[in-house]
Amino acid sequence: MALFVNRRRRDRLAKGMAIGATVFGLAWLVLILAVLLWKGFSGLSLAVFTQMTPPPGSAGGLLNPIVGSLIMTAVAVAIGTPLGILAGTYMAEYGRYDKLTIVVRFINDILLSAPSIVVGLFIYEVMVAQMGHFSGWAGAVSLAVIVLPVVVRTTEDMLILVPDSLREAAASIGLPRSLMIRKVAYRAARAGMVTGVLLAVARISGETAPLLFTSLNNQFWSSNLNAPVASLPVVIFQFALSPYRDWQQLAWTGALIITIAVLALSIIARTLTAARKSS
Amino acid sequence: MSAVGYATPPFAPPGLRTEHLVEKVAIRDLEFFYGDTRALKGISVSLFQGCVTAFIGPSGCGKSTLLRILNRMYDLYPKQRASGHVALDGENILSPAQDLNLLRAKVGMVFQKPTPFPMTIYENIAFGLRLYDRLPKSELDDRVRDALVRAALWDEVKDKLGASGLSLSGGQQQRLCIARTVAVKPEVILFDEPCSALDPISTAKIEELIAELKADYTIAIVTHNMQQAARVSDFTAFMYLGELVEFGDTSKIFTTPDDRRTQDYITGRFG
Repeated sequence: MALFVNRRRRDRLAKGMAIGATVFGLAWLVLILAVLLWKGFSGLSLAVFTQMTPPPGSAGGLLNPIVGSLIMTAVAVAIGTPLGILAGTYMAEYGRYDKLTIVVRFINDILLSAPSIVVGLFIYEVMVAQMGHFSGWAGAVSLAVIVLPVVVRTTEDMLILVPDSLREAAASIGLPRSLMIRKVAYRAARAGMVTGVLLAVARISGETAPLLFTSLNNQFWSSNLNAPVASLPVVIFQFALSPYRDWQQLAWTGALIITIAVLALSIIARTLTAARKSS
Repeated sequence: MSAVGYATPPFAPPGLRTEHLVEKVAIRDLEFFYGDTRALKGISVSLFQGCVTAFIGPSGCGKSTLLRILNRMYDLYPKQRASGHVALDGENILSPAQDLNLLRAKVGMVFQKPTPFPMTIYENIAFGLRLYDRLPKSELDDRVRDALVRAALWDEVKDKLGASGLSLSGGQQQRLCIARTVAVKPEVILFDEPCSALDPISTAKIEELIAELKADYTIAIVTHNMQQAARVSDFTAFMYLGELVEFGDTSKIFTTPDDRRTQDYITGRFG
């Protein structure tokens, strides 16, 4: 009986600590979101989406960094996704039993967890220093380097989840492997692969460090990727550190916009994953 | 007179009359290895045209392995290899020169678990057809319907051909897979425990189907269900530990087998 009472006590203690740790972690998250909403929401207005970043002391918005972020993200995804899907496909389908796949997976995992500032420095060396100026292209490429390993990983994982029985069934009617991959495996893994791309977009939409060295910033409207381009994270970084109250306000609002965008992407990704499970 | 020139296959036990039959698939001295493990030991057996041959035996005896050699399915995986002689209409299919996709178009397979493709019912069938022929839409429709009729599924799905193949019940999915296999007009169909995931009613439908299909195809079926083997097959091969113990007329195997191990297995004493 003493054994039982003792065990029950230890169970309650462990459960209490687990709940405590969860509450502690969640509390910070809630606090961050609350402050962000509190400070950012008051600054939300139409002007934020229609006007350029202002000089200190005058009214303005975040149009140029929002557009800059959207363009660079789109280019980064356009570069990173096809490369990532092709590499992931090789690893899961053609080279599943090859040594090369093990090597590539290992390198990809390193790239996946590489500090983004290192990526920024690397692109600075190979692009910015060579071209002689900061540019939107360099920013987009450095974001693409971050997208790539995420897409490689999710593509491989999702294709490996496609049961071999489906591959055998496709082979059993004489389907060549390339067609099996395109018509059967991709179809079965589609939701998961799209989720991977969305998560990659969420990942890069808040990246500041790689853009500081590459696309830099631009106070004015510019959609020219050969010149420095403004982006939300860099503008937030710059404005938040400034002594000007209206810049600080815009930084809060920009942070709120990014957070809402990432939240929306996560919700879409989760919905897609859930839809895949139920189908 | 068989295609490979054996009047009576040399392994055939006395009393097995095969002169009137065409040997569609000739398997001689077949060995199979998973890495270093020898899974099949000198198997010699025949599949006769228009007949159903059942492979029975306890789990791990190599019967599924044998089936997967006949369409070279093992080629999808590394470190698996076969040696010996397997001829389809006299041509060695183990030859490295054999085109696997052409072989698999001739030797279809239905699996233990129903495996519809993640697409519509119509596309599940049309997909395979488009691989081999560029058909006009109307003819494609006809061929899809024919395949579904052959698989006794048409009446149940004719109003929802656009629905996902995965929305069907297990038994319907399995018949969809049979329709998909039949649609590409193979010559041999391999059934790998096609009913083990199905309820008795679906099982009965599949067995009826096999009986109908055998007029046009050469059929091999692996099954754990001995009543099923007795019901659907003309010939039965009993395998044990990678060896072919006994091969002969199904009625003989199930009534007066020559080998003690066959008798023990069919009477449920082991396995």
